[in-house]
Amino acid sequence: MMTTIPPPEIEPTESLLDGGKSGGGGLLHLGPVDVKRKAVDDPSPEPVRTGIWVGLAAITMSFAAFTSALVVRQSTANDWRHLTIPPIVFLNTGVLLVSSVTLEVARRRVARYVRSKDGKRAAPLLWLSATLLLGLIFVGGQYAGWLQLRAQGLYLATNPNSSFFYVLTAMHALHVLGGLIGLARVIYKLREPVLSLRRSTMDATSYYWHFMGILWLYLLLVVWMKL
Amino acid sequence: MPTFSRGGLMSDVSAGAVEQHAPPQSFVRKHVFSVDHKVIGKQYYALALVAVFVGMALSWLMRIHLVWPNAPIPGLQLLSKIGAPGGVMTPEYYLSLLTMHGTLMVFFVLTNAPFAAFGNYFLPIQIGAEDMAFPRFNMMSFWITFVAFCILVAAFFVPDGPPISGWTAYAPLSAVGSDAGPGEGLGQTLWGLSIFVFCIASLLGSLNFIATTLDLRTKGMTLARMPICTWAWFITSCIALLAFAVLLPACLLLILDRVAGTSFFIPAGLVVSDRLQPHSGGSPLLWQHLFWFFGHPEVYIAILPAMGIISHILINSMRRPLLSHRVIIYCMMGIGFLSYMVWGHHMFVSGMNPFSSLLFSFPTLMITIPATIMTLIWLGSLYGSRLRITAASLFALGFISMFVSGGVSGFFLAQPSIDIYLHATYFVVGHFHMVMGVAAIFGVFAGTYFWFPKMTGRMMSDSLGKLHFWLTFVGTYSIFMPFHYLGLAGNVRRYSAFVDDFLVPLIPVHRFITFAALLTGAAQLIFFYNLIHSRFRGEPAPPNPWECTSLEWTMPSPPPFDNFGGNHPVVYHDPYQYGVKSSTGDYLMQDSPEQAGA
Repeated sequence: MMTTIPPPEIEPTESLLDGGKSGGGGLLHLGPVDVKRKAVDDPSPEPVRTGIWVGLAAITMSFAAFTSALVVRQSTANDWRHLTIPPIVFLNTGVLLVSSVTLEVARRRVARYVRSKDGKRAAPLLWLSATLLLGLIFVGGQYAGWLQLRAQGLYLATNPNSSFFYVLTAMHALHVLGGLIGLARVIYKLREPVLSLRRSTMDATSYYWHFMGILWLYLLLVVWMKL
Repeated sequence: MPTFSRGGLMSDVSAGAVEQHAPPQSFVRKHVFSVDHKVIGKQYYALALVAVFVGMALSWLMRIHLVWPNAPIPGLQLLSKIGAPGGVMTPEYYLSLLTMHGTLMVFFVLTNAPFAAFGNYFLPIQIGAEDMAFPRFNMMSFWITFVAFCILVAAFFVPDGPPISGWTAYAPLSAVGSDAGPGEGLGQTLWGLSIFVFCIASLLGSLNFIATTLDLRTKGMTLARMPICTWAWFITSCIALLAFAVLLPACLLLILDRVAGTSFFIPAGLVVSDRLQPHSGGSPLLWQHLFWFFGHPEVYIAILPAMGIISHILINSMRRPLLSHRVIIYCMMGIGFLSYMVWGHHMFVSGMNPFSSLLFSFPTLMITIPATIMTLIWLGSLYGSRLRITAASLFALGFISMFVSGGVSGFFLAQPSIDIYLHATYFVVGHFHMVMGVAAIFGVFAGTYFWFPKMTGRMMSDSLGKLHFWLTFVGTYSIFMPFHYLGLAGNVRRYSAFVDDFLVPLIPVHRFITFAALLTGAAQLIFFYNLIHSRFRGEPAPPNPWECTSLEWTMPSPPPFDNFGGNHPVVYHDPYQYGVKSSTGDYLMQDSPEQAGA
């Protein structure tokens, strides 16, 4: 432990601006940057990128806990009553999956807009807004699903199956609402006269959103198989 | 020495890495809603101080009641007319105080002080960053913790008082509502809400610690060059991230059982207070599984930062590195990993399948291996060293002593056949108070004496610190060692008075413990005095009073708002270059370009 490691080579600070070597740069560093887009091209390390993965790990753990609670509860239950998933839920699933596609298109459009000097932001804004709208439709659709379940006389406390259905879907919807706030923030930043949207923010938002889609597919599988 | 997985890649902290924030001007932004990690660290410390004082006062009330169950405690009736009519606490109110003592101590002291307080203050500085990765999240995590604290304390002021279910809130007692006894109404709901909110804050905090450590290290600060305490906070944040992510859903389900009529934890046909509970098919064991999946790693959330802190201090006091820096880090990782496989050892007598007991017993015994290796490294490194005796190094030694004494009883409890006898006795209470409570608090004391000069710019009185150490050291042993004997004699925990034939002969031991607890508590006044007096009247502290090598000692005391004045340090050395020849003496600062002489 007493050995002294030779000091690492230190790059001159200027190299930070030439892109891509350190931190979360990637795609968008293309040579000299015009001031307007400097914020986007800043290649310094992006804790947002790490932060989002760490956050997703925590969310995964939470839903793993919910799942194991479900499995344990089912194994001890004599009151397990299978429920029919409200049909609109499948439609919602489609909407959420399509929103992932629109977001991916939006992400590429944002990148293209930043790359080209005379790009217009209308296209990326349109795709982002479409994603936001689809997200809202998903949450509204889930709400409609709860209403359908209520119409069948299945409330939160009716039986363990309905309890878990409401808890799992509501927790997921809450996380989706968080994603919608993130999307709204991205749109707001993209609309600003001096672009302040960082690539890492765009990426992190989209990772989160795609994760919500994957998580939903998983939850749907659990609900379909177990409840 | 090879570098860690980043292959020697250093994060370049540049202007864009952290959201820039100018020094705040207004009082509110400077001291209340501050985004500065140092202010937030101090806020966590202050909150922990308030919590530890309340928690300690509760333990005095309980100790007095245990020995003189019918003697009125003046003023107690003001806290609760129903719980303590005429100042004499009811058995239920004893349980309420016990619950609040445990909850305050575990969540708001043992999680906040060693991890959130010192981690917030020193992790960014020790890696050469100007702040945490997400300063606003950081501010939020403190204030959410504060809200959680207020919600918990509010339970004192609801009509039937705080919950009686203990800090573990075992279902169905905690789930069925006011039928289960005083405090199980609104008080228990507030408890669940408080812990739910606390989980959110801890998750935000852990996320911040992890992102900061991975992304904001300055040039040259490879993972292998991070001080041991930085490693400890980093590993702890990984543990906390996964542990609190499980407690959060558990609390949600508990709250739903209480307020929404669901049946996650309440079985069918349960009759409480002559009333059939309107629930069906829930599993009380499920709560225990979810709770202890969090609860056991929580022990390490409390103890790992203390291990890191005392390693850092011991190395500085010995003026030489530990026998192995790397093995200590691997051991901490091993403990973190194993901590997720042992939760069932809390449930040996809960009605779990006996074969699962065996499965949980094995990793529990395994976890003693990294713990023992660490202890041997500390002791081996101490052997033959010329230790500089300060209040900080004494508390670091005290930590090792407590950790060993409290840990040894863990060997017994890890074995189902022995645990069946010892479970829920004072043996367990003695075990966890020593190994988790007092040891972690000794880490906090050591850290306070060590870093106080940096945090405030003034020195604490070392003589008072040493006096505080000896009184506390002897005092805590006097309190918690006899607990083990009580447990062996079959003294069950959570009883509010000892009237059974086999317990009456043990009352003198309890009386001794009560006196020891009151005296040890009084000795903490020395610490409070030292803390407050030194803050305003202490000797001005030089930048590096302990001749320490890590980055926090390269800056003035207290550090300026942006830590490094905009110039990020470059790190050239391992964290512990002691016992070398250099222009500064027998040590080399991490950011010194000088090469160490032989």
